[in-house]
Amino acid sequence: MSLAFHLEDVSLGHGSEIAVRGLDLDVRPGEVLVVVGASGCGKSTLLRTLAGLLPSLGGSVLADGAPITGPSPDRAMVFQDDALLPWRSARRNVELPLAIRRIPRPQRRATAEQWLGQVGLGDQAHRRPRQLSGGMRQRVQLARTLAGEPRAVLMDEPFGALDAQTRGAMQRLLVDVLKNTPATVVFVTHDVDEALFIGDRVAVLAPGGIRTIVDVPEPRDPATRGTPLVRAARESLLAALFQRSPA
Amino acid sequence: MTTAVAAPPGRTRTTPSPKRPPGRQARRWLIRIASLVTALLLWEWLTVTDVTAWIRFDRLPTPVEVAGQLWTLLGDPLYYLDIAQSLVRILTGFALAAVFGIAAGIAVARSWLLSDILQPLFEVVRPIPAIALVPVAILLFPRNEQGIVFITFTAAFFPILVSTRHAVRALPAVWEDAVRTMGGGRWRVLISVVLPGALPGVFSGLSVGMGVSWICVISAEMISGDFGVGYRTWHAYTIVDYPAVLVGMITIGVLGWLTAGLVELLGRRIVGER
Repeated sequence: MSLAFHLEDVSLGHGSEIAVRGLDLDVRPGEVLVVVGASGCGKSTLLRTLAGLLPSLGGSVLADGAPITGPSPDRAMVFQDDALLPWRSARRNVELPLAIRRIPRPQRRATAEQWLGQVGLGDQAHRRPRQLSGGMRQRVQLARTLAGEPRAVLMDEPFGALDAQTRGAMQRLLVDVLKNTPATVVFVTHDVDEALFIGDRVAVLAPGGIRTIVDVPEPRDPATRGTPLVRAARESLLAALFQRSPA
Repeated sequence: MTTAVAAPPGRTRTTPSPKRPPGRQARRWLIRIASLVTALLLWEWLTVTDVTAWIRFDRLPTPVEVAGQLWTLLGDPLYYLDIAQSLVRILTGFALAAVFGIAAGIAVARSWLLSDILQPLFEVVRPIPAIALVPVAILLFPRNEQGIVFITFTAAFFPILVSTRHAVRALPAVWEDAVRTMGGGRWRVLISVVLPGALPGVFSGLSVGMGVSWICVISAEMISGDFGVGYRTWHAYTIVDYPAVLVGMITIGVLGWLTAGLVELLGRRIVGER
């Protein structure tokens, strides 16, 4: 059910511009791996490469042992903002991956309504994206992504455009919703606290590759916030983040 | 402590805008009608009193004369035949232009190969006014009728092509990326993202195209027609029947307005509220 990624000596970037070199990374099936890093360090590029939207510029990028050559419904992506189709209602947006898989209409509709209920928008199904708040739109996007039953979910700063309060609520919702899916999750953010709350492991990405990977003690348990173990994990992440890369 | 709290932005968007008071709507319609009536009265006054102040109104038919002519023509089957003829020409040319213009616009915007093949041709042909194609149309097509449709087609084709191309190129890449990561292929992206996403732009092209089509169908009829509103108007001019010329002009105006309104209505129906 869950997908595993294996990256070896990978170079990432757009065209001739290389953003990351010598990247080695293993994403274990079913885990939530959060990637943090300064802006412009290649986090989004990494996700787009895993999604198959960008070719890697060298090395091998494998999903369950097979090279990634293009996008696949196995590896769905949640974008930062405005990825919903504005002319479709929330429900019809969530139905889209099901329509692509040619699932019959009544079943499509039921599944979409069920997922909208899961993200707390059961009563907003008929609304168009512009009638929803930013947080609601991201919940619809999450429902749409999960409705396609992907084996991996790639999330590109999905809460980056939200205010702090909505952001906190969205993080709790995500943690709740992820309990019901076996999918492997790769989550990109620049927020270390978000990373420590959501992830099983947190990787620090830099142009020279992965600097460190920290195991999160007691992942997704709000009660552990601020305990010595989590504080220690936070310190080591921050140290890795702000360490100067060797010239 | 304040008791009133500003509504969150998400809420304000969903509340419907307050309805305008009906009295104000009625007043606006009154102004619109008064504007037309005033123009007619001014025309009547200028022509009845034979105003000649550098521009001469003494030979222009009065609105009453024109109305009389219109009344006569309304009882003449030929008048309707002309209208039908022009409508058939314009709708055929326009429909062909819509199909080919939208298809070519999408093709050029989505494929670099097709863009390299077609774009140079389009750029060279586009600046030629469609009406300048009359001599070529006469050579190319066995029948006059087809030539006129061809000219109407060419006139509407380019505005539709250009608007579609722009609309498709302006689509946010994230919509396509999202559909592709759901497993959608080229066709799915075309049907679920490109076509609906480009529709507003396509319809603005159709509106412009409809306007240009009228200009060209009337001009083409004046030059080479043997039926149609344009031909009839020109014919009236050659026999110095000025009231009939003005009836022709008004007919063209009303037909143009109706067809443009139809495109607009269709656009609002299909594009809907976003």
